[in-house]
Amino acid sequence: MISKPFLWVAFGLAAAGCATMPSDAERQAQAAAMLKASFKENGQAKLDRLDQDETQRACSALAGKPPSKELAETLEKANLATIQWPADGKLVGDWKNGERIAQEGRGKQFTDDPAGPVGGNCYACHQISKQEISYGTIGPSLQQFGKLRGYNDEIRKYAYGKIYNADAYSACSNMPRFGQHQILTEQQIKDLVALLMDPQSPVNQ
Amino acid sequence: MQRSLVRAACAVAVALAVAVPVATGQGGSAADEIEKYRQALQDGNPAELWEVRGEALWKEPRGPKKVAFTQCDLGQGPGVVKGAYAKLPRHFADADRVQDLESRLVWCMVNQQGYTEADAKRNPFANPDRKSDIEALVAYVTSESKGVPMAVSLDHPKMREMYALGEKMFWFRGGSHDFACATCHGEDAKRIRLQDLPNLTKKEGAQKGYTTWPAYRVSQGELRTFQWRLYDCFRQQRFPELEYASPASVALTTFLAYNANGAPFAAPSIKR
Repeated sequence: MISKPFLWVAFGLAAAGCATMPSDAERQAQAAAMLKASFKENGQAKLDRLDQDETQRACSALAGKPPSKELAETLEKANLATIQWPADGKLVGDWKNGERIAQEGRGKQFTDDPAGPVGGNCYACHQISKQEISYGTIGPSLQQFGKLRGYNDEIRKYAYGKIYNADAYSACSNMPRFGQHQILTEQQIKDLVALLMDPQSPVNQ
Repeated sequence: MQRSLVRAACAVAVALAVAVPVATGQGGSAADEIEKYRQALQDGNPAELWEVRGEALWKEPRGPKKVAFTQCDLGQGPGVVKGAYAKLPRHFADADRVQDLESRLVWCMVNQQGYTEADAKRNPFANPDRKSDIEALVAYVTSESKGVPMAVSLDHPKMREMYALGEKMFWFRGGSHDFACATCHGEDAKRIRLQDLPNLTKKEGAQKGYTTWPAYRVSQGELRTFQWRLYDCFRQQRFPELEYASPASVALTTFLAYNANGAPFAAPSIKR
């Protein structure tokens, strides 16, 4: 038998809880709305950049925790379906162009010329060619990428897909989805695959 | 007089920048060389010039109503600047909202000095053609908290709400590149190119990151405020433009400032 005073206390706590503590999803929606009201479009960076897709929303809600197995599978499947494989079947371009694309940090910022160069800015986060000592560490080192993994179609396909949409292989990756979000062209992605997979590339020396 | 001082400071900055040994990767790591550079910078900080100019601006009658900032209450009473920044952001009853230093300065300019809001926010970040009064005012006010432990209070429910919203914004992924604040500032000992990144999800990182802004930026020859720090991070995140002193900017500042509590405030500093 539950006593009446106990029920009142429980009800009071629940009401207080509701009044002061919105649910996590409510907070996330509130934060998204406040963000939208706090930015203005500038050049190529329009307000729709703040409209999250399902992957962005789900990954944001994790607040740094890894996704559950189920969520990871759902997101990876959905992102894998976005990848457009080259119609000509060729996955490898020119590693020299790839090196330039990996070095280029411009593109998509409101201070960038919309008609100007767009790069992958890969060195911001990855160690790649030995010659470049100014590299970041948010992503893993890619030195010897092809040499270590093998120069075969499976790895070439993985490299292309990973650059196109990193979330297809590792849900809530920190890496931008360069193909999915049309940051890089098909040819640019092929050139980056060459940087990683061409036996002549400085990456594999 | 003022102009020649600034010119002198720019000359010093250029000399420092030129004197930097180029990191070659030989005879000591690149990180060691950068550390030497950072230490060399500490010898003279041109931020003092902004502080001096800001103190004069603080005391002079301004705006259509000819009212000085000595009437402006930063939370410790009208005109009190000593230690005020270490307790910001806070909830202000007169404005009925949470404000950081910069949104508070704008509020005082509008409500006490008679500026329009558009005029008050017109020039927050200097460029080579024009100086910013707000950057100088921020340099002065923050310098009066140097050495004071950060002590932001979440006692007011509006502060707790802004903290919670700021935390959500920190993890908010968006834009063409899926970047959130956390993409770069969510793990220990990471860097972009050779730039070290504080892990703002941990107390130590938040303290180091927050308490060293504002900063004189050698590469820009300007003193930059915390609002500028957020504005330029979002630019690099490929977001649209963060509006000056906007609610989201105050929410994020609340989240980061509170996480820095306990650490002595150490700015204006000098950075690359």
